[in-house]
Amino acid sequence: MPAIEMTNPAALPADWRDILALTKPRVMSLVVFTALCGLLVAPALPPLVLGFTAILCIALAAGACGALNQWYEVELDAKMRRTAKRPLPAGRMDRQSALHFGVGLAGFSVVLMGLATNWLAAVLLAASILFYVMIYTVWLKPRTPQNIVIGGGAGAFPPLIGWVAATGQVSALAILLFAIIFLWTPPHFWALSLFVRSDYAAAGIPMLPVVKGIEPTRRQVFLYSLPMAAAAIAPWPLGLAGPIYGVCAIILNFVFLVLAARVLANRSTDPAQMEPEKHLFAFSVFYLFALFTVLVADRWIA
Amino acid sequence: MMRHEDEVVRRQRERARILALLLGAFVVLLFFITIAKTGMNW
Repeated sequence: MPAIEMTNPAALPADWRDILALTKPRVMSLVVFTALCGLLVAPALPPLVLGFTAILCIALAAGACGALNQWYEVELDAKMRRTAKRPLPAGRMDRQSALHFGVGLAGFSVVLMGLATNWLAAVLLAASILFYVMIYTVWLKPRTPQNIVIGGGAGAFPPLIGWVAATGQVSALAILLFAIIFLWTPPHFWALSLFVRSDYAAAGIPMLPVVKGIEPTRRQVFLYSLPMAAAAIAPWPLGLAGPIYGVCAIILNFVFLVLAARVLANRSTDPAQMEPEKHLFAFSVFYLFALFTVLVADRWIA
Repeated sequence: MMRHEDEVVRRQRERARILALLLGAFVVLLFFITIAKTGMNW
């Protein structure tokens, strides 16, 4: 990029790449994937264009959440290595633009969802945005080490909304999909926070390893993995999924629990020696993708 | 060295182009949503 004569980068209109970065595209990919799975495992499929619009709305809402999160946390982001180069803390964009973009995108996604699919899906979408921004970002995250537990609820909405967009109602499997992501979030994020805890401590975010210490966090990672595994396997014995899903879910959860047990057994406090935590974090992302993929495959193959 | 005004215009043009594309895509999407909705008893 050519050098330009300027003293205040924020005086420039934001580059479209920075506006895109505001939506946290990588987080959005997981949201889109789980929402799509929720829609695809539903008993009734909507017309293709309505299904596409539902997923688009969920993606836009996730982007709005990312923008509003970055708007609110600009000072925190500036303090953490991992987030200091984001458009707002780096000064490539002004805060008000981020706020307008986030609110506009949120409103647009909810209205479009209601018009294209049904208003229950739109209400759930609005609730998930408000939950993420108001309850998680503004209220819980800076106040309690249990922030991730409750905040996991926001990330658990997409498959439920995908299902409701397709069927117009909430059913047992949709609630189980919600529960799986809700219970998966604590071990996933706490595994990460164990090896980047100095970042969280520097930013003053009361993550569990910062407030309670490393050993209690490792214990919590393992303890949360148990109900998560139960929720993930449950669709099979409950007759909501077939044996393809059941067998794969057992294997995936067995590996998850073994990795969580290795985290529990690790005694190192040096992030460089937290291989079990890094392995669990990496596997947890694969786990969610694999589990939901298998659920869809089971629905369409069986 | 690029002048500040040139960079402002370049970014505005780039954003206007993207916005136009998005608006066009939205119109097409609305058209197909309407077709899909009118073809079903929701």
